Amino acid sequence: MPEPRRPKPVPTPETKHYWEGARAGELRLQRCRSCKKAYFPPRPFCPFCASGDTVVFRASGRATLYSYVIHHRPMPGFEPPYAIAVVTLEEGPRMMTNLVGVAQTPEALELDMPLEVRFQKLDDEISLPVFQPAEAAR
Amino acid sequence: MSVRGKVAVVGAAETRELGVIPNVSQIELHADAARNALHDCGLSFKDIDGVATAGESPVAIAQYLGIVPNWVDGTQVGGCSFMIHVRHAAAAIAAGHCKTVLITHGQSGRSRVGVGGRPGGPASLGGQFEAPYGIAGPPTIFTIPALRYMKEFGLTHEELAMVAVIQREWAGRNPRAMHRDPIGVEDVLGSRLIAYPFHLLECCLVTDGGGALVLTAAERARDFPQKPVYVLGTGESSETPMLSQMEDFTTSRAFRVSGRQAFAEARIAPADVDHLMIYDAFAHLPIYGLEDLGFVKRGEAGRFIWERNTAPGGKLPLNTNGGGLSYTHTGMYGMFALQESVRQVRGTAPAQVPGVRISVAHGVGGMFAAAGTVILADAPGV
Repeated sequence: MPEPRRPKPVPTPETKHYWEGARAGELRLQRCRSCKKAYFPPRPFCPFCASGDTVVFRASGRATLYSYVIHHRPMPGFEPPYAIAVVTLEEGPRMMTNLVGVAQTPEALELDMPLEVRFQKLDDEISLPVFQPAEAAR
Repeated sequence: MSVRGKVAVVGAAETRELGVIPNVSQIELHADAARNALHDCGLSFKDIDGVATAGESPVAIAQYLGIVPNWVDGTQVGGCSFMIHVRHAAAAIAAGHCKTVLITHGQSGRSRVGVGGRPGGPASLGGQFEAPYGIAGPPTIFTIPALRYMKEFGLTHEELAMVAVIQREWAGRNPRAMHRDPIGVEDVLGSRLIAYPFHLLECCLVTDGGGALVLTAAERARDFPQKPVYVLGTGESSETPMLSQMEDFTTSRAFRVSGRQAFAEARIAPADVDHLMIYDAFAHLPIYGLEDLGFVKRGEAGRFIWERNTAPGGKLPLNTNGGGLSYTHTGMYGMFALQESVRQVRGTAPAQVPGVRISVAHGVGGMFAAAGTVILADAPGV
């Protein structure tokens, strides 16, 4: 659902693969070929060991709920109350996101609950990765 | 006391390309130059413990490169900022505040790639990976780690609310505090929800005001009309400009690194501290600060506050001006924490704690992005 007033990311050369992936329905991370660690946000070298030998790969899309707040005040492009969450991806990195397909209440949002990625289309260029409770958990 | 000839440049390099570079963003120009300079001297990012830059925040540069800094300098006064960084770095290295400083410049001045115009612009990493999710300033970002802390350590909503209650007790003793009427836990939990689990009374004020400090050498300090307040130790660090990239939501790495430096330089332990200020933009910050500075063990701060250890009459008076929650919060409150520490050491605070010899003022920058710690004392060597 287009939400025209939501702040829209402007991709850079180093983050282009991420946004192209999101547009294609894939969550893309990077992995260092030297130390094997996955990392996020995108950059052309490994933040753990500084190696430039890195590769883009498709993440599983599985995550768990690390923490969140539920915002109760008006915000363009959003209907309060809505949760702003940080999830831990199966591959290790964390990212900020929104939670969909679930009530935006403390009762419904249990920390560590399993989640899976979905994509919310903002326009023809940008789709945002969001997360919903994993099928098995629903 | 001079740094003349004590510090040297050992690595220097520019970006691989110069001229027109439409395929590299501004932060990556910093990183490219940084990697080349490190290659030039045979060091890795793990060897760097100081970062200075202009145009981007040193917090962002350090996190992007994977550096844990003991020293950051974001002096930004135009094109000569880098000369000034060299001067500041020389002083810092000579003082032992850090060992190896990286100074970076990167500017997509022509192609304007990844230039947000301001930190958090839509092409910045925060602009791309946090802003689209409906964050609306500090109440919706700074607060996100709290639920994780509450789950890990069993901190209750009531204990979180108690932080605001006790600071209001201090504010009640301070005629300059904005909010002075006593409140209870039920008032805090009954106040409007701003961003669950935070209620209005667990969020700082938004006010107008200012403060200023004058510093000089200790040997001159006795020539002035006020009782001197000596700088015994200082610390600083940064972690990340993006809250989502904090290493651990139950503890601030920047707090820990900053506090450790300050206590080491002052050659004191937390038990030696008579009075404490911890920047309280939100009610969870004193909890993180008490633990990360080593005043209590991990997970114990909520109970410590609940049991009135930081309240008037308690053994560790904390945020005695009323804090950002009840005294004042202009936006960058750190100055007011320092002012209260100075007053307490001078013995002139409205809610004066008897016999304060050592006071710690600990500040946060951004939202768990950076930290600074200052230990003040009534004598140059306590």
